[in-house]
Amino acid sequence: MSRAALLMLADGRFPAGGHAHSGGAEAAVAAGRVRDAAGLREFCRGRLHTSGLVAAGLAAAAAAGADPLVLEEAADARTPAPALRRVARVLGRQLLRAVRVTWPSAELDALAVARPGGAHQCVVLGVAGRSAGLSPLDVAHVAAYESVSGPAAATVRLLGLDPFEAAGVLAGLAAEVDQVAGRAAGAARRVRAEGVAVLPAVSAPLLDIAAERHAVRRVRLFAS
Amino acid sequence: MTVAGEAGTGVRATARIRAVRAGADTVLAVLHGAGPFDLRRNRAYGRQARVCVLGAMCAPLGGDRLRIEAVVEREARLRVTTAGATIALRGPTRGPATYDVRLVVGERGSLDWLPEPVISAAGSHLRQSCVADVAETARLVLREEQVLGRAGEGPGRLSSRLTVRCGGRLLLDQQAGYGPDVPGWDGPAVLAGHRAAGQLLIVDPAFAAGPAQVRSFGDEPAGGLAVLVPLAGPGVLVTAVAPDSLRLRRLLDEAGRVGGQTPGMS
Repeated sequence: MSRAALLMLADGRFPAGGHAHSGGAEAAVAAGRVRDAAGLREFCRGRLHTSGLVAAGLAAAAAAGADPLVLEEAADARTPAPALRRVARVLGRQLLRAVRVTWPSAELDALAVARPGGAHQCVVLGVAGRSAGLSPLDVAHVAAYESVSGPAAATVRLLGLDPFEAAGVLAGLAAEVDQVAGRAAGAARRVRAEGVAVLPAVSAPLLDIAAERHAVRRVRLFAS
Repeated sequence: MTVAGEAGTGVRATARIRAVRAGADTVLAVLHGAGPFDLRRNRAYGRQARVCVLGAMCAPLGGDRLRIEAVVEREARLRVTTAGATIALRGPTRGPATYDVRLVVGERGSLDWLPEPVISAAGSHLRQSCVADVAETARLVLREEQVLGRAGEGPGRLSSRLTVRCGGRLLLDQQAGYGPDVPGWDGPAVLAGHRAAGQLLIVDPAFAAGPAQVRSFGDEPAGGLAVLVPLAGPGVLVTAVAPDSLRLRRLLDEAGRVGGQTPGMS
């Protein structure tokens, strides 16, 4: 594995378009459910152990070589809110465009052909990790970390939160990010023998409910 | 049903229902109660057979292994309800209880699975699962409600998984986990202080022709919030959170009426 490739893929400056999304943080701030660093921490913790774990599992399974189209179906079934399916595919399309240039591979090309409208971001991430020589656990770390780093960065802008405090929130969640990545990679190892049903499917009701409300708001800073 | 005295084991019971089409009517070919599940045949409603599950109230306790299987064969119509809420309680052991539901709906069959809520009492640990296989031409209406704690108490540990396949394709796969030891469960991304969560799923071939529109319900956070969304296949899902079971049911009923008005649905 290349540790530098892992850092690149997790870097917010990697040109994959994630900065336009708050991971549900903007809707939570607008509804008054997140007002400060403590609220951000609880928001991030909830997202990490639900949609973060799900994304990490799917990404790790893709990195382990599971059929991306079967994972696409599993991702759709785990994403009931159409606004979140759309966002996942928009981000997936942008990521795919970037990684096909960065780490070209036949598998990435095949995914682009099979899913011209975009594949789920976590599935693309997994296949990209494979092309970059990363392990399923590495890729699970990226997905788990992204599930909290996006909302933290967005909340700095939304609430004018002290960036050091936001970074402190992420540092405080580091052990849980590791734990979630480990669980996701453990589940991904069982996919070959037991199928995608072993992958986590944990939902967060308020993320789904708020995502649809946010999608129809006229004034917003972030697309999701 | 067997009740074992040794620690670590509890009630193991599987109740079975099988509905078949006979002439214009639906007949209950199998109606087999077991353990805490007493099955009562209610008066049919038109061509729809109706079953009420009685006596589930004081189960499951920690260590129990409970299961209900309902099979609706081709062109049969069945509605299943429960007489009261299912209260998960702390059992003689600290181990989890399991409560598994297995549903199969055959070609042009129809199943309404509408149990009362599961209440997760303080100190309890319940793992619920529901797996439904629905034929492409069949209809399923399924409601799931979870209430976290009885009045004035915190919740126990409750996890559930709902897996629905339609025509062999995965349509919905969702887990929920609430209660102590579940990180973030009460935070702003998950329940934010709400103590009741629920879902109403409608699978119907009519949605393959025209997917439903997204609708939000309950604009006042204190009354709870819900959203009706089209799934990536022939179904809609209502997801709701509310302060209590009464307001949760109101949201699910309201959204269900909207979901039920989709063209081609009866």
